[in-house]
Amino acid sequence: MRWPHQLAAKLRTLFARSRAGSQLDDELRFHLERQVEENRAAGMSPEEARLAALRAFGNPALLRDQTRASWSWNSLESLLRDLRLSFRTLSRTPGFTLVSIAVIALCIGASTSLFTVVRSVLLRPLPFRDPAHLVMIYEHFRAPELNQPNYDWNPVAPADYFDWRARTHGFEDMAAWRYAQFNLTGVRNELPEVIMARGGTYNLFPLLGVQPVYGRSFTEDEDRLGKNVAILTWSLFERRFSGDPAIVGQAIHLDGKPFTVVGILPKDFTYPDSDVQIWVPYATGVPPDVLRHHDFHFSRVVARLKPGVSLASAIAQVDALQYQMHLQNLSAPVAEDAVSRGITEDLSKDVRKPLLLLMGAVGCMLLIGCLNVANLLIARAAARQKEVAIRGALGARRWTLVRGQLIESLLISVAGGALGVALSLSATKWLAHAWKNLPTAQSIHVDGTVLAFACALVLAAALLSGLLPAISSTAKSAFSAMQSTARTTSAGLGRTTLRKALLTIEISVTVVLLIAAGLLLKSFVRLRTTDVGAVTSNVLTLDYSLPAEKYSTQEKMNAFNEELLARVRALPGVRAVALGSVLPGGGYGGDDIILVVEHPPIRPGALLPDAMNRIADPGYFQALGIPLLHGRFFTADDRGAQGQKMIISRLLAEKYFPGEDPIGKHLHVPAWDDPKGAQAVYEIVGEVGDTLYQVGQPDMATMYTPAFVDAHNGPGFALAVRTATDPLAISIPVQKQFAALDPELPVSNVLTLDQVIGQSLGSADLSATLVLAFAVLSLILASVGLYGVLSYLAAQRTVEIGVRIALGAQRRQVLRLMLFDGLRPALFGLVLGLAAGAAAVRLIRSMLYETQPLDPAIFAAVAAVLLLVAALACFTPAWRAARLDPMQALRSE
Amino acid sequence: MGKPIDLVQGTLDLLILKTLTLDPMHGWAIAKRIQQVSGDVLQVQQGSLYPALHRLEQQGWIKARWAESETGRQARFYSLTIAGRKQLEAETANWSRLSAAINLIVSEA
Repeated sequence: MRWPHQLAAKLRTLFARSRAGSQLDDELRFHLERQVEENRAAGMSPEEARLAALRAFGNPALLRDQTRASWSWNSLESLLRDLRLSFRTLSRTPGFTLVSIAVIALCIGASTSLFTVVRSVLLRPLPFRDPAHLVMIYEHFRAPELNQPNYDWNPVAPADYFDWRARTHGFEDMAAWRYAQFNLTGVRNELPEVIMARGGTYNLFPLLGVQPVYGRSFTEDEDRLGKNVAILTWSLFERRFSGDPAIVGQAIHLDGKPFTVVGILPKDFTYPDSDVQIWVPYATGVPPDVLRHHDFHFSRVVARLKPGVSLASAIAQVDALQYQMHLQNLSAPVAEDAVSRGITEDLSKDVRKPLLLLMGAVGCMLLIGCLNVANLLIARAAARQKEVAIRGALGARRWTLVRGQLIESLLISVAGGALGVALSLSATKWLAHAWKNLPTAQSIHVDGTVLAFACALVLAAALLSGLLPAISSTAKSAFSAMQSTARTTSAGLGRTTLRKALLTIEISVTVVLLIAAGLLLKSFVRLRTTDVGAVTSNVLTLDYSLPAEKYSTQEKMNAFNEELLARVRALPGVRAVALGSVLPGGGYGGDDIILVVEHPPIRPGALLPDAMNRIADPGYFQALGIPLLHGRFFTADDRGAQGQKMIISRLLAEKYFPGEDPIGKHLHVPAWDDPKGAQAVYEIVGEVGDTLYQVGQPDMATMYTPAFVDAHNGPGFALAVRTATDPLAISIPVQKQFAALDPELPVSNVLTLDQVIGQSLGSADLSATLVLAFAVLSLILASVGLYGVLSYLAAQRTVEIGVRIALGAQRRQVLRLMLFDGLRPALFGLVLGLAAGAAAVRLIRSMLYETQPLDPAIFAAVAAVLLLVAALACFTPAWRAARLDPMQALRSE
Repeated sequence: MGKPIDLVQGTLDLLILKTLTLDPMHGWAIAKRIQQVSGDVLQVQQGSLYPALHRLEQQGWIKARWAESETGRQARFYSLTIAGRKQLEAETANWSRLSAAINLIVSEA
C-alpha cells in the first residue's frame, strides 16, 4: 500500500507548501544543532564548534533548494513564481501594460467578432438534414451580354423545374420556391400589414428535413391545385398570433382571401431569410398556364443529391435535359445550361468576398498589434538585460528565462483577450445589425467554437509577441551582456536590427491595409455619387399592392389610384407625385422579350431583344426629373382602347432602333399576349433618358407602359412623392390618405429615394468604413512603434551623440542622422507594402466599382500619408537627440 | 544500469531504507548510524541525505512524523512504510546481484 503515503506527501507539498518549507528549515537546523553539540562534546569552544559544524554542513540555502527540488509540484511552483514575478513587473509599468492590453483587446475583439459572423454565415451548417448534400440549381445563359456578374445565376422557369424533377435521376428529390408578398389583414380590426412570403412545393420541407412544430406540411394535392393554405413561420406565429397553436386549422386573410393555416415552422427555420413570414404552396396564386412556361424565370430550385452519386454526374443530366429544352424553344428565352452551387454558398454569395476581406484586414491588424507588443517587450527586455545576464550567470537555464518572459506576454494576451471577447459580444451584435444584406438564415452569436477560436488567438498572440523578444534577449552570453552594460557608445546592434525588421513588417502590412481601404473608399464614393438619371433628393417612396379580390377590374384599380394621386397632390408641401411599378434605383423588377413589329423577324437561335418593363402615370417622368428626349409623355387619355402606348428609354432606342426614329413604331411583347389570341402590340410615343435600376449595375433598356392600362403589371405599385422640404415629414399625411381610401390596405417600404438607393449599395459603405478603420488603427500602431523604436535608439546613443556634438557635429546633421535612421525601416516597409498591395488588390477587384485596382492616385496618397506619419513619429525623438547638451550626455552614465 | 550517479543514489536509498528497518530515526541519526556501522568508511553528506529522504517520502517508501528527540527538541522522525519494506527487499536483492557481479569481474584478474 504505497499510494496513501505518496498521496499524503504530495498533498502536504501542494497545500501546506510553506509549512512544509518551514519544517524543512527546522529539520536542517536540528541537524546543525546536533553537529554543534557533538563538536562541543569533542572539546571545541562554542564558537569553534559552530563554525566547524557550518563548514561540514555546506551551503544551507543550496541544501534547502536541493531538498525542495525532490518535492512534487515543482514546475507548478516555479510557474506560480514566474506568474507572481510577471504580475509584479507588469504592475510596476502600468502605462505599458494598459497600452498593450488595450491593443491586444482591440485586435482580438475585432477578430473574434468577424470570426463569429464568418462562422455563422459561411461555416456553420444550416439546420437541415444532411445539409452537405443540398445544392441549388440555376439556369445559365451562354450569351455574354446576359452574364453580368449578378445575373449569371438565372432563376428557374417552372416548366424547367417540373421537367428536371420528372426526367432526371441523379437527385433524391428537387423542390422549388418562389417569391410572394401578401397584404395580411386582421379579422378583429388589427392593423393591415404587408408580409414577405414564399411559395414552396409540397416536398420542400421534407426535402430539407424540416418538420413543422404544429400541424403539417403541404400535401401534394394542395400544391398541385394551388389551394389557399399557409404555413406560418415561428416569428409571425409569435408576433401576430401570440403563439397559440389553436390557429392551426383556422383561416387568416391574405390579400382579402381566406387561407387555412396548416402548420407552424420551427423557431430556427429562417430560410432563406428571416424576413419571410409565411409559406404558401408553390402553385397558389400562380395562373396555371404560367406553370407550363419555360421562359418565366422566377423560381429557386433546391435539390438533394442521391447518396453515391457525384454532383458532377447528377448536374450533367440536368444540363443535358436543359439543352434539349433550349433547342425546343428557340424563339423564347430558355437557357442552354443548368449550373449548381451548395446551399450555404448560395445564401452567402453577396457577402462572402467582403467578409473574407474584413477577416483578412483584422488578421493584419492582429499581426500588427502583436508585433507592436513584441516591439515594446523588446524595449523592456533591453532595459532588463543586466537582470537577465545575472540570472543566467547564476545558473538559470535559458528556457527558464524565456518562460519568464513568455508568461509576461501571456498575461498581457489573456487580459487583452478577456477584454476583447467582452468587447466582441457587443461588436458582433452591432455588426449583425449594421450589415444589411447579411444572410439571416442562421442566427449570429458567440458560441463554444468562437470562444475556442478566441483562446487560440490569445495563445497565438502571446507566442507571437513574446517568443521573439524572449529569444533575442536571452540569446546573448552572460559575459557579453555584462560587458556591454557599463559604458556603451552604441548598444545592442542585433536587437535594434530585430526591432527595425519588425517595424518594417508592421509598416508594410499597414500599407497593404491602407491601399485596400483607399480603393474601397474611392469605389464607394463613386457608387454614392453615381447619377441614377432621376431626382433622388426630397423624394418619399412607398409600395402598396391592390389585392385582386377587392380590386378585380382595371377600372377599380384606376379609380383608387387616381383618387390617391389627387389627394396626395393636394397635400401641403407636395411638389409632384409619380405612380409606377419600380422606381429608379428600386431594383430590377422584371424584363420581357420585345419584337419590333416594323422589323424583319428574328432568326431562330439569335439573341432575343429584351427590355425591363415599368409602368408610369402621366406625371411620372416630370415628377422624377427624367428628361424627355423625343415624342411626348403619357396623357390622361392613354387608357382603355387608346392605352396601347409605350415610352422607351434612350438605351432601348439606341440598341434596337439604331439610326432610325422609334416614335410611331410598334413593339410586340409576346409574353403579354392575350391567351385568346390578341397580340400585345404597343405604339412608341416617346423616348426618355436612362435611369439605373441599381447603383453599380449597368444601364438596361427599359420600356414604360401607361399606369392606367392593364399592362401585366400585377397588383403592385410604387408611389413617389416629391416634396419641397424633408420628405419624411410628409409620410404620415400620405399614409393617412391610404387609410382614408381603404383602411384594409397596408403600405410598405416607406423610405426616401436616397434611402432606397443607399440600401441597394448593400455593404459597400460598411466594408469600406471598417477596412478604413482597421487601416487607420494599424497606422497609429505602426507610428507608435516607430516612435518607440527611435526614442529607444536615441536614448541608447546618448553618449555617442554627445561625443559627436562635442566634436563639432552640427545639430542639423544629428537631426538628419536620427531622422534617416528612423525613416529607413519606414521606407523599406513602404516599398514592400506597395509591392504586396499591388499583388493583393487583385483579390478585391470584383468589389470595386469604376475604380482600377492599381489606381495611381490611391497608391500615391497612401505613400504620402505613410511618409508624413512616419516623419512625424520620428521627428520628436530626432529633435530631442539633436538638442542634447553634450556635457550632460557625456556625464549621463 | 544507467549513469554512475544512479548507482550512488540507489545505494544511498538502500542504505537509508536498511537503516530505518529497526526504529524510526531523524536525519542526523541516520547519517551517524551509517557512519558508525560502516566503520567510518561511508560519510553521508547532508547535501545528498536530505534530498534523498524527501524523495523517498514523496515516493511513499518512508513516512515522517514530528516527535521529541533524545535532546528534548522536536525532530522529524522517518520510518519505513510497508511498501518501503518491500522496496528494501527488492533493492537488497538487486544489490546482492550487482555486488556479486562486480566481485566476479574484479576477482577475475
